[in-house]
Amino acid sequence: MGRRLILTGNDAAAEAMRQIDPDVVAAFPITPQTELMHKFAQHVADGDVKAEFVLVESEHSAMSATVGAAAAGARAMTATSANGLALMWEIVYIAASSRLPIVMPVVNRALSGPINIHCDHSDTMGCRDSGWLQIYSENAQEVYDNVLQAIRIAEHPDVLLPVMVTFDGFILSHTAEILEGLEDPVVRKWVGDYESKYTLLNTDEPVTYGPLDLQDYYFEHKRQQIEAMRNAPKVVRDVGKAYGEISGRSYDLLEAYELEGATRVIVALGSTAGTAKAVVDEMRAAGEAVGLLKIRCFRPFPEAEIAEKLSRAKAVAVLDRSVSFGAPGGPVHKEIKAALYGTGCDIGLVNYIYGLGGRDVSMDHIRQAFTDLTTIAREGTPSDGVRFLGLRD
Amino acid sequence: MSEAIETARTYLRPSKKLPTVWCGGCGLGIILSAMIRAIARVGVEKNDVAVVSGIGCTGRMPTYVDFNTLHTTHGRALAFATGIKLARPSLTVIAAMGDGDALAIGGNHFIHACRRNIDMTAIVANNSIYGMTGGQYSPTTPHGKRGTTAPYGNVEHAFDVASLAAGAGATFVARSSVYHARELDRLFEKAIRHKGFSVVEAVTNCYTSYGRLNNHASPVEMLRWMKENSVPFAAAAKMDPEELEGKFTRGVIVDRELPEFIESYDEQASALAENPVAVEQVGNILRRFDAAAERLNPKSG
Ligand code: SF4
Repeated sequence: MGRRLILTGNDAAAEAMRQIDPDVVAAFPITPQTELMHKFAQHVADGDVKAEFVLVESEHSAMSATVGAAAAGARAMTATSANGLALMWEIVYIAASSRLPIVMPVVNRALSGPINIHCDHSDTMGCRDSGWLQIYSENAQEVYDNVLQAIRIAEHPDVLLPVMVTFDGFILSHTAEILEGLEDPVVRKWVGDYESKYTLLNTDEPVTYGPLDLQDYYFEHKRQQIEAMRNAPKVVRDVGKAYGEISGRSYDLLEAYELEGATRVIVALGSTAGTAKAVVDEMRAAGEAVGLLKIRCFRPFPEAEIAEKLSRAKAVAVLDRSVSFGAPGGPVHKEIKAALYGTGCDIGLVNYIYGLGGRDVSMDHIRQAFTDLTTIAREGTPSDGVRFLGLRD
Repeated sequence: MSEAIETARTYLRPSKKLPTVWCGGCGLGIILSAMIRAIARVGVEKNDVAVVSGIGCTGRMPTYVDFNTLHTTHGRALAFATGIKLARPSLTVIAAMGDGDALAIGGNHFIHACRRNIDMTAIVANNSIYGMTGGQYSPTTPHGKRGTTAPYGNVEHAFDVASLAAGAGATFVARSSVYHARELDRLFEKAIRHKGFSVVEAVTNCYTSYGRLNNHASPVEMLRWMKENSVPFAAAAKMDPEELEGKFTRGVIVDRELPEFIESYDEQASALAENPVAVEQVGNILRRFDAAAERLNPKSG
């Protein structure tokens, strides 16, 4: 049976990391990720874990050290937020293209400038094309569960790609919730031992990571990354199911919440999905046909599944907590639009940019979006297809 | 009105950003006021000063002062400051950084700025910890001292900021502490007047994140520690290494002349402008660029 714990999102990630006990963890402090690493550092100092922990001099070095450790055959982890992730950028791509199964919790925070330490998704959305899997968490329970699953997904031989487990800064990272944790031996067995296929430390079969790869093979290597990404949805689903067997909580790429018979649907990810669920419950009780589609796995993007789940809706509002400047809508919106292209469905689609820089999104905002959808269901996609929630005029 | 209040009125942005975000008892306010007194004494116009910072508690400094100010990203204050100085050499440029900002994430910029000898002043507020993010050990946390990421003591060794700056080639290096506020402003003044890259290490107290973890009784007790454990540079030269154990030295450590970066650059440019061979070579390159541009994008008519 599980253990009942009271943890913040940061604590939940640190607890999962304690139980995983990776070989190497490299970190650099950045708000709001810091408490996660404090907790983990305490475990290291107390001898609760065997992990080698190193506080390096920047996030660029944190990701570099993690890549180095992973290439040497270690199970390696780090964690960051916002500008920290931006500074890692160069190495973030190298981690993916070197096929290193690194797992990194990212505590979502707005990118500068101006400087802001609160939540939005500009950091992780910015590296949506970096070749990492991205799993968004709704609450602290999911943070914990997602980190444990991410290890199995990343290290799966059909995938071998790094995974970001994201959760909303402050909203999740700094608020405590009751959640259920697994027993240590169960987690040990779940993650198992990591055997790297090609390690720098195997002197019998020496390998090189990241050498010059020009017009001759670079393209083919990219193709392999594309293939690995294509393999990932099945693995995410299988791991989510297997996790259900040990925890009682199964996971899929998406979560359909009250979609049965729903004509008006909101698409959201992260903690906002929780707020939306509360509104859906309230409106359903009043007899309104509303529902929520939560995207858990944003990379790879489950386009067929999303198109299928939305096929019976009349009007859909996509909530984006980041901006893709100059693009026709936020990142989630654009991909949903692409997913629906050619499916022949007749859906009124609207995009809401919300919550930038930690601007609160309340149940009223979600209600407002559902109210707008009533008109959109009748009249189709509005001409102002990209709107804002909770923005001052 | 007292002189101090008048100075504050002139140089601070009271309507906008006060009180500061700094904790009660934090030494950063003393560094800020020492910097203002130094600028006032040098007599440079407010509009001719640029104050640049990175991230962290020290990074908040430009928010409060009424100069041209730029609050940048973690570790990059000197890189931005270099750009400002190159574009507008007439500005007096001051970069204010904490120890984590200047020496960890920005360490590379720091040593190369020292080496380059560009005319600006770097203030390193050294409180031996990452204060704002909650007490992670930094490159200046002494061996054995605690941080939240070193709960049983730091196993690494600290940088000696002034020696690092001197070794990297800074032409003016000095150190004092927030206990020695008057000395600090005189050192800042010297640093600003110095032609070349100047570094002043200001030893300061972060009671919130460092003091409490390391059994200091109060912010005041940390100031007293600075008083009792620092030795003027000249006196230290006559002391045994054992006597200096655990203490830091104060005063001007390096003050030397070396051609300044922008001056050297300008000199080279004017020398080349007078050299007919160089002028012709540059002319040829420019003509080739023009010809290529014309091929790619022919002018109509
Ligand atoms: S955390 Fe430390 S450095 Fe920052 S304002 Fe407080 S006392 Fe000063």
